[in-house]
Amino acid sequence: MDEAATDTETTSGGEDQTHAVDELERGEEPGREELDEQHEYETEEITYREALRRALREELLRDERVFLIGEEIGIFEGSYKVTAGLLDEFGTKRIREAPISEEGFTGLANGAAMTGLRPIVEIMTINFILMAMDQVVNHTAKVRYMFSGQVGCPMVIRTPNGAGNQLTAQHSQNLEGWFAHVPGLKVVTPATPADAKGLLKAAIRDEDPVLVVENLPSYNLKGEVSQDPDYVTPIGEAKVTREGDDITLIGHSMAAHRSLQVAEQLEEEEISVEVIDLRSLRPLDMETVARSLAKTNRALCVDEGWATYGVSAELCARIQDACFDDLDAPIGRVGMAEVPMAYAKNLENATLPHVKKVRAAALAVLGEETDPEEWRAG
Amino acid sequence: MTQAEQASEDGQAREPGGAAGGHIGPNLLERAGSPVGPESQISLSADRLRELYETMVLIRLFEEETERQYKKAQIGGYCHISSGQEAVAVGALEPLEHDDVLITAYRCHHLALARGVSPESVMAELFGRAEGCAGGRGGSMHLADPTRGYLGGWGIVAGHVPLATGAAFTFAQTDEPHAVLCELGEGAVNEGAWHEALNLAGLYGLPVVYLVENNMYGMGTSVHMASAEPEVWKRAAGFDMHAERVDGQDVEEVMEASDRLLRRAREERRPALLECVTYRFRGHSVADAGTSYRTEEEIEEWKGKDPIPRFGQTLLDRGIFESDEELDEVRERMDARVQEAVEFAENADLPELDSLARHVYGDEHAAEQFTRMAPGSPFGERELVLEKELGNG
Repeated sequence: MDEAATDTETTSGGEDQTHAVDELERGEEPGREELDEQHEYETEEITYREALRRALREELLRDERVFLIGEEIGIFEGSYKVTAGLLDEFGTKRIREAPISEEGFTGLANGAAMTGLRPIVEIMTINFILMAMDQVVNHTAKVRYMFSGQVGCPMVIRTPNGAGNQLTAQHSQNLEGWFAHVPGLKVVTPATPADAKGLLKAAIRDEDPVLVVENLPSYNLKGEVSQDPDYVTPIGEAKVTREGDDITLIGHSMAAHRSLQVAEQLEEEEISVEVIDLRSLRPLDMETVARSLAKTNRALCVDEGWATYGVSAELCARIQDACFDDLDAPIGRVGMAEVPMAYAKNLENATLPHVKKVRAAALAVLGEETDPEEWRAG
Repeated sequence: MTQAEQASEDGQAREPGGAAGGHIGPNLLERAGSPVGPESQISLSADRLRELYETMVLIRLFEEETERQYKKAQIGGYCHISSGQEAVAVGALEPLEHDDVLITAYRCHHLALARGVSPESVMAELFGRAEGCAGGRGGSMHLADPTRGYLGGWGIVAGHVPLATGAAFTFAQTDEPHAVLCELGEGAVNEGAWHEALNLAGLYGLPVVYLVENNMYGMGTSVHMASAEPEVWKRAAGFDMHAERVDGQDVEEVMEASDRLLRRAREERRPALLECVTYRFRGHSVADAGTSYRTEEEIEEWKGKDPIPRFGQTLLDRGIFESDEELDEVRERMDARVQEAVEFAENADLPELDSLARHVYGDEHAAEQFTRMAPGSPFGERELVLEKELGNG
């Protein structure tokens, strides 16, 4: 994993910010034929945002059934500039500006997918997908099963989760667990630029609906990404991002970064931490988790969202099913404080599952007590 | 007192007059919005007109049998009977071409039959059998036949309207000269999904006709108590969309309007709204007698406008049927057809238990992807979701 964002770093582009300006001056980009002619591909250090943009561009070039639909994705180039330059290159037919009507255009994409197109929906942030909840849960997820496989729904919904920019209660949520609850959907959560490109491309090529939950505070995160136009990250495969022996920290999205930072800190205290980035929530790669726990015997589930009924709750249940005999301690979990997000910076910091809190939770699983006064403020 | 009168007294409705609506008749046709495009070119042979009549009779007898089978517990779940609305289904669907798409709400037996889905496969679906048109996974509300462009009955009020709009989007995107017919009830028009979808259809210029079966009641609530503007066709003005309101008990009037609007959608890439004023003779579902919120007089008045004898009389007047005996013969033949469907459904296989987790995902990699969930899992992904989908099933 690359340069992890820190707790205090606020790297997201806001709705009215233009962090992607440097990337707009990218000059000539290779066309599909030029991409095909290359046989050996190098990696390049690019941002998470640019990795997503390249995945979209390459898939638009590869498959003419692919189109983008969402709010502000054309002239405005995306609220977070992920679709920068695509309107100019592909035109209004493939880059469809949609009015503010999430339920309407998500449902439209759903119908288009049922009839042969490959829609990629951008929901500006995961908070707004609630307007389209009926479409995603009651329609998208049900198409194939309800008619016994006679119709499919190969569509992608891209949307960022995340908190940490004082965006307050209605704009600081991690709701991906809600969707991972639903049979018929797949949910992936790339944490790095490489996986941002690889998982988005895998999602676009999938025959089933995939929710790609991007991480808003990671859009400016840099990392090495393959230039191979057929580079994909397989859906349903977690990744051991750091090897260790004493405890396994399991997280996804921003929590995968925080877990790595805690691992680095604990190394100085001679505690060897293994870190797993789940990358995919549904399907969930329990094989990788079980293999790790057979070695470390201790687990901490780290989630940027609320713990109650959340991703960490599911992980705990699965781990005790799969790894009961391997466990030397109760499974730990840590998530966002059980409050809506406040605006004041000190309250926001204290709400997040920040590095100090994750570190304390890891130490608790290892049997070491800490003084909450030392870490609760973040 | 009818609900309309009640609503009027309560000051809710600006246009009293009873849900029975005094204005059903030849003068019902109203149009608004942008100028009408191509005129209806539909002109049916005597044979085809007889077939339309037969289909209407088939639907009525099928629904009567459905109610009997529901009471015998052969059919479960929610079951919404369409008796009284046959002219809308048969008339509106007649102009559909082979490659056009149909998407409907959940009161859909009549629409599936009118689209040509066989009574056997519809009845088998109601019986929850593998040979049903949705493989036994859909039931009464989720009939479908993609081979006929019927992409399903959908059970969340108005939720399917964006889907239909998306199917029209595909036709626009791929420059295919086809159209989508999206059926919904008048109860759906106060949902947000409907407004969002119509706005998108107008904005993008999509070839879709929204067919509103205004049967006057959403469950037990009359249109006058639910809609500030109970004339649904007028809503289209907000989307700069052409709209028409026709007598839904007159199969030919519905057919001509549907043909005109579908033709316009195919040729000019413009959406339209077609409101058909009709009435359901039965309750909202089989579990509802339909009498607590409607007066006996109102129901009887509408039964006097039954579209089947009305069309039968029209065909007699034109000499297409020569005698009442011919109409009786149609009824006997359609009754036999329904009994064949029941027999087929009774003898059809139940879905295999081992198929339970088939069709959750269709991607060939899904099985492999989900296999990694299996360690320690009590849910049997490896056995169910996966290997059956890998091709064993």
